[in-house]
Amino acid sequence: MERKIRVLVAKPGLDGHDRGAKVVARAYRDAGFEVIYTGLFQRPEQIVQAAVQEDVDVVALSILSGAHNTLVPLVADGMKKEGLDDVLLLVGGIIPEDDATALKAAGVAGVFGPGADLDDIIEYTLSHVRRA
Amino acid sequence: MALTEKALSKRRFATISDREINQVYRPEDAPVDYERDLGDPGQYPYTRGVHETMYRGKLWTMRQFAGFGTAEETNRRFQFLLEHGQTGLSTAFDLPTLLGYDSDHEFAQGEIGREGVAIDTLADMEALFEGIPLDQVTTSMTINSPASVIWAMYLAVAEKQGVPWDRISGTIQNDILKEYIAQKEYIFPPRPSLRLITDNFAFASEHVPRWNTISISGYHIREAGATAGQELAFTLADGFAYVQAGIEAGLNVDDFAPRLSFFWDVHNDFFEEIAKFRAARRIWARDMKERFGAKNPRSWMLRTHAQTAGVSLTAQQPEVNVVRVALQALAAVLGGTQSLHTNSMDEALCLPTEDAVKMALRTQQVIAEESGVTNTVDPLAGSYFIESLTNDLESEARAYFAEIERRGGVVTAIEQGFFQRELAESAYRFQRRVQSGDYGVVGVNKFVDEEPLRIPTLKIDPEVEKRQLARLRRVKAERDSVRVAETLEALRRAAAGTENTMPRILDCVRAYATLGEIVDVLKSVFGTYRENAVF
Repeated sequence: MERKIRVLVAKPGLDGHDRGAKVVARAYRDAGFEVIYTGLFQRPEQIVQAAVQEDVDVVALSILSGAHNTLVPLVADGMKKEGLDDVLLLVGGIIPEDDATALKAAGVAGVFGPGADLDDIIEYTLSHVRRA
Repeated sequence: MALTEKALSKRRFATISDREINQVYRPEDAPVDYERDLGDPGQYPYTRGVHETMYRGKLWTMRQFAGFGTAEETNRRFQFLLEHGQTGLSTAFDLPTLLGYDSDHEFAQGEIGREGVAIDTLADMEALFEGIPLDQVTTSMTINSPASVIWAMYLAVAEKQGVPWDRISGTIQNDILKEYIAQKEYIFPPRPSLRLITDNFAFASEHVPRWNTISISGYHIREAGATAGQELAFTLADGFAYVQAGIEAGLNVDDFAPRLSFFWDVHNDFFEEIAKFRAARRIWARDMKERFGAKNPRSWMLRTHAQTAGVSLTAQQPEVNVVRVALQALAAVLGGTQSLHTNSMDEALCLPTEDAVKMALRTQQVIAEESGVTNTVDPLAGSYFIESLTNDLESEARAYFAEIERRGGVVTAIEQGFFQRELAESAYRFQRRVQSGDYGVVGVNKFVDEEPLRIPTLKIDPEVEKRQLARLRRVKAERDSVRVAETLEALRRAAAGTENTMPRILDCVRAYATLGEIVDVLKSVFGTYRENAVF
C-alpha cells in the first residue's frame, strides 16, 4: 500500500490564532493525508526538528501575527541545513503580497491568504509535493 | 427568478450558526410572559436593556481598539481617535506583552509591536498615556494572563499624574478561561490564574471602585469558530465560574459582581445577534439572582462591550467590509450594547490605517446621529421572530450549562478539551458550508471579482524593535536594582502564600521591574500551562 502523504501543520511564534491551522489540518486529514499538528508556540528550530523526526513530505505553517518575515525564513533555512530540500514548504495567514514574494524567494513554495479555498490548498499540495 | 413551490419546500433556510429558520413566526412560536421574561428596560430580567432610557440618556461608548509599534506611536493613534470624537480608549498589546515576555527575550523576536503596543516597564506605560489625563477618559486594556501587572502599571501612571484611584475607570479584560478555550494566550495553569483574578476583585472593591476587573469575553470564542449559541453558552458559563471563584475566595457576591462586564462578538446574522444580546442579559440576571443569591440589582445587570466580527472580514474586495461592519454595528446597537468597536475594512490584510479606522468610527456616528434607531429602547421587543430566537438561544445555553456541569465545571471541561473540540468542529463545519456554497460570502464564493482590488495598508516600521530595545536597556541601567530584587522577592512570598498579590505587584512596577521579571516570579510559584491540541 502506498504511504500516505505526511503533512506537518505548525504554528510558529507567539500567535495563538489556531482556527485556520485546525481547519486546514482537518481538510488534509479528510483528503487522506497523514497530519501531524505541532500545537502552538513553536520555535523555528522545533518545527524543523519535528519535520525531520516525523519524516514529512509537507510543512504547512500558519501565522497571523505579522512575524512571518522573521520566523518563516528561519524555518526555511533550518530545513535547508537539515537537507529537507524535497519537503514542500507552505505558509497560510495574513501575509501582505510584497511579503509573500519575499517569502517565496526564501524557499516557500505556496502562500495562502484569508479566504483561500480548502480544495485549492489540497490540490496545490498534491500537484507540488515531491515524494521520496 | 422565483423558486417554484417544490424547490422552495426543499431548500433549507438557516442562520450563519446553522440554526434553521421558519418561513414565518406566529404568537405560538414566541411564548413570552412580559413581566417574567422581558420586563421594561432597566427592570429585571433586563432582557430589554440595562438602562431605562438607554441611548436617549447616553449613547454607547465609541471605543476603537488600537495599539501598534511603540508606546509613542499608539499614543498618537489615541490622540487622533479622541480628536475625531471617540469617547473611550482601548489598548491592544503585542504578543510578547500578552505572554509575559520582555522585548529582549529571544521569543519576542519578530513580534515586537506587530499586533499591538509593546510594554516592558512602567516607562512604556507613562509614554502610552502621555498627555491623556486618566480622570478624563475610560480605558479598556486587552490583557489577560499578565493583567495584574499591566493594571498595576496603569494605576502607577495615575499616581504619577496625581489622579486618585477612585476617580479612574476602565476595564482589564482579565478573562483567562476564554484563553484556554479560544484565544490561547495563557501563561499559568487555570487554578492559580483564577486566584490572581480574585485578588483583583478584592483589590478593586477596596481601592479602585469604578474599575471593571474583568471583561468576560465571547468575542474570541466566536472568532475561533463558535456558533452564536456556543458563544453565548461558553461565555456565560465562564462568567458564572468567576462568580463561583469569588464566592469561594470568601468575597460577598454583591461586593464584586457589579464590576463584572462582558464582551460579545457581533456577527453577520442580524436577528440572531440581536437575540443573543437579549438572551445573555436575561440568563445572567436570572442566575445571578436565583442561583448565586445576589441582592444588588447591579449584580444582575449584564453590561457589555461589543466588537464587529473580525472573522467576517474578507481580503477580497475589502471595501465591501464597510457594509458588513455597518450591519453588524446596527445589530449591536439594537441589541443594547454599552460600548462598541467597529472593525476597519483593511483588517483582513493588516492592522488598520488611520483612514480606515476613521471610516469605522464614522460608521458608528452615522448610526447614532442619522438612523433614528436610538430614539426608542429595544424597538424589536415583541417581534415573534426576535422573541422566539431569544427563547431558543436561552434554551441552547442552558443545555450547554448542564453538559458543562456534568463534566465537572468549566476548568475540568477545559482540561478535557471539551470546548476546544466543540469550536474546532463548528469552525470546520462552517468552512465546509462556505466551500459548498451553502453559505454565501460576497467576493469569496459569490460575486467574485477577477481583478483584486488594492487598498493602502499599514506597515509597521522595522525600527520599532530597535527603539523598544533601546528604551528597555536604558530603564534597566537607570533603575535601583536592589529595590527591584526586593520587590520581586516580596511578590514571590505573597504568591506562594495567601496574601493579595496586587499591592506587591504595584511595588514591583513602581520600582521599574519589567513585565517579564514579574511574570517569571509568578511562573516560579504557579508553573506554566500547556494544552493538548485537538483538531
